[in-house]
Amino acid sequence: MATMTQGVLASFIHVDAATDAIRALKAQGRTDLTVYTPAPNHEIEEALDHPVSPVRVFTLVGGLTGCAAGFAMTFWMSNNWPLLVGGKPIATVPPYVVLGFELMILLGALSTVAGMVIMSVVNARKRVPYSEKFTDDQIGVFVPCRADEAADIESLFKRAGSVEVTHAA
Amino acid sequence: MAHGYVPAQTHAEVTRDVVATLGAPSRGYVMMLAGAVGLFLVGLFTFVMLLKEGLGLAGYSPPVMWSVYITTFVFWVGIGHAGTLISAILFLFRSQWRTAVYRATEAMTVFAVMTAGLFPIIHIGRQWIFYWLLPYPNQRYLWPNFKSPLLWDVFAISTYLTVSTTFLVVGLVPDIAAVRDQVSGWRKKLYSACSLGWTGSDNQWRHYTRGYLYLAALATPLVLSVHSVVSWDFAMSIIPGWHGTIFAPYFVAGAIYSGIGMVFTLLIPLRKILRVEHMIVDYHFDNLAKLTLFVGSILFYAYAMEYFVAWYSGNTFEQVTFWRRAFGPMWWAGWSMIICNAFVSQLLWFRKIRTNLTALFVISIFINIGMWFERYVIIVSSLSNDYEPFAWGQLNPTWADWGILAGSFGWFGMYFLLFARTFPIIAIQEIKETIPFPRKRGGH
Repeated sequence: MATMTQGVLASFIHVDAATDAIRALKAQGRTDLTVYTPAPNHEIEEALDHPVSPVRVFTLVGGLTGCAAGFAMTFWMSNNWPLLVGGKPIATVPPYVVLGFELMILLGALSTVAGMVIMSVVNARKRVPYSEKFTDDQIGVFVPCRADEAADIESLFKRAGSVEVTHAA
Repeated sequence: MAHGYVPAQTHAEVTRDVVATLGAPSRGYVMMLAGAVGLFLVGLFTFVMLLKEGLGLAGYSPPVMWSVYITTFVFWVGIGHAGTLISAILFLFRSQWRTAVYRATEAMTVFAVMTAGLFPIIHIGRQWIFYWLLPYPNQRYLWPNFKSPLLWDVFAISTYLTVSTTFLVVGLVPDIAAVRDQVSGWRKKLYSACSLGWTGSDNQWRHYTRGYLYLAALATPLVLSVHSVVSWDFAMSIIPGWHGTIFAPYFVAGAIYSGIGMVFTLLIPLRKILRVEHMIVDYHFDNLAKLTLFVGSILFYAYAMEYFVAWYSGNTFEQVTFWRRAFGPMWWAGWSMIICNAFVSQLLWFRKIRTNLTALFVISIFINIGMWFERYVIIVSSLSNDYEPFAWGQLNPTWADWGILAGSFGWFGMYFLLFARTFPIIAIQEIKETIPFPRKRGGH
């Protein structure tokens, strides 16, 4: 099992206190923060200022692949075992739009979920401390730091309005 | 910034109240589950008899070779549509009132589509070779006929089931993590495994919120397309009463209408049994009722337009079909559909009715009955009198038809009730999103 990342973890009940702490830490050049919230919050997102998630690329690629696969499958299979009906084409676009559309949605959705999982795992930081209160009603901010920096960070958290500060060794 | 209704609870109270629904079951819950299992066993027995004796047990008789099973298939697919409308489409519209009810409706969608998927398999007769519907390499060098709307349906329904299940599961993950952090023992182990390591970190939320948005965006055209494809099972043929361009929007409106009807039927007793009356309040039912009124009015228009088009087309076969729907041997079914759907929905213009749960529950039963009859009328009455009067005939459903119909309610109810006690039936994190965090500098 990976060892716990060294640093300081603070809990907040006030959202503006948490955003004050995040902005102060970012002003010090500390960008490797982990912020826990029970629900997504726009103020926290603005304070963190992350770039847009690349999950949309997975959605686009999955959707286009599904659409292409739907048309390719129907055209190839129709020509592979032709159903000859007098005067009608063996393979034709209008009825196959339905299958192209359905497979676009199907692969688009599945690749979106794959993107969410992959990006969450790839971007996950090393093992960081966590409290069960963060899925309930508190906001958590963890900063990785050396032991000699911990006291300064703790006082920053307390000035911002943290209700609890713990040190992870 | 919060708009409209904001729950009176704090974040912590939301977690406690939803976790409390997963505690020891009440007597009412056990009785409902026992009823659902009983109905399921009736359906199972009937299905075993169908396997043993064949489809001759059901009431199929030429020319009515699509009857109760296909009627019930369309009914259950329709039920599913309200769930995706509320969970995906209203999510894109940022309708805050959906947060309290969307999890239940989304679960309803998944279990309704699961139920619907059984019916084409039952209907084909040789159920053990249902996989012939799928395109797979085989020794006969055959591929399915992709020009057939029935095959479009296979793809539409299986995609809908997969995407709606995915949407439900993805939405559940943060809530299961919230439950995991409140319970102990074996339940903690179970919820830990199901929460997939969710902690609510900024990295997780960042990808989750974008992904959820795209899933909603993909589910939105899907919900509109699936029942359109189901309608084309009928409209692509030349049977009088089926061959209409109005069918796709008509079926989609009907599907959403029937689905919301079922939402009322499920939520009104469930909120009492799970003791969440303070979380699903009149405000939510009022909004659901307005949605019912809107789609019910579209349906009213569609019914009127079907009769108008039959008359205005000058097509004798269409005219006879619609005349017989109102005044022929199945007049009782035709009028049940019109009264239960078109007229009953108009009662919802009155706010007193929209906020009276007893009235809404009674109306929802009318909607369920009316929407089943709508499909029965469309399918059976059209098949029973097509082009040649000497070939006309009436359907006489048997116990095997009713047994499978009853079993489908048991199958659906069983899964829904088990879900409601195992996983959060109210979306914890989405409700918390509508409640502002406290601020040290005051205000919201």
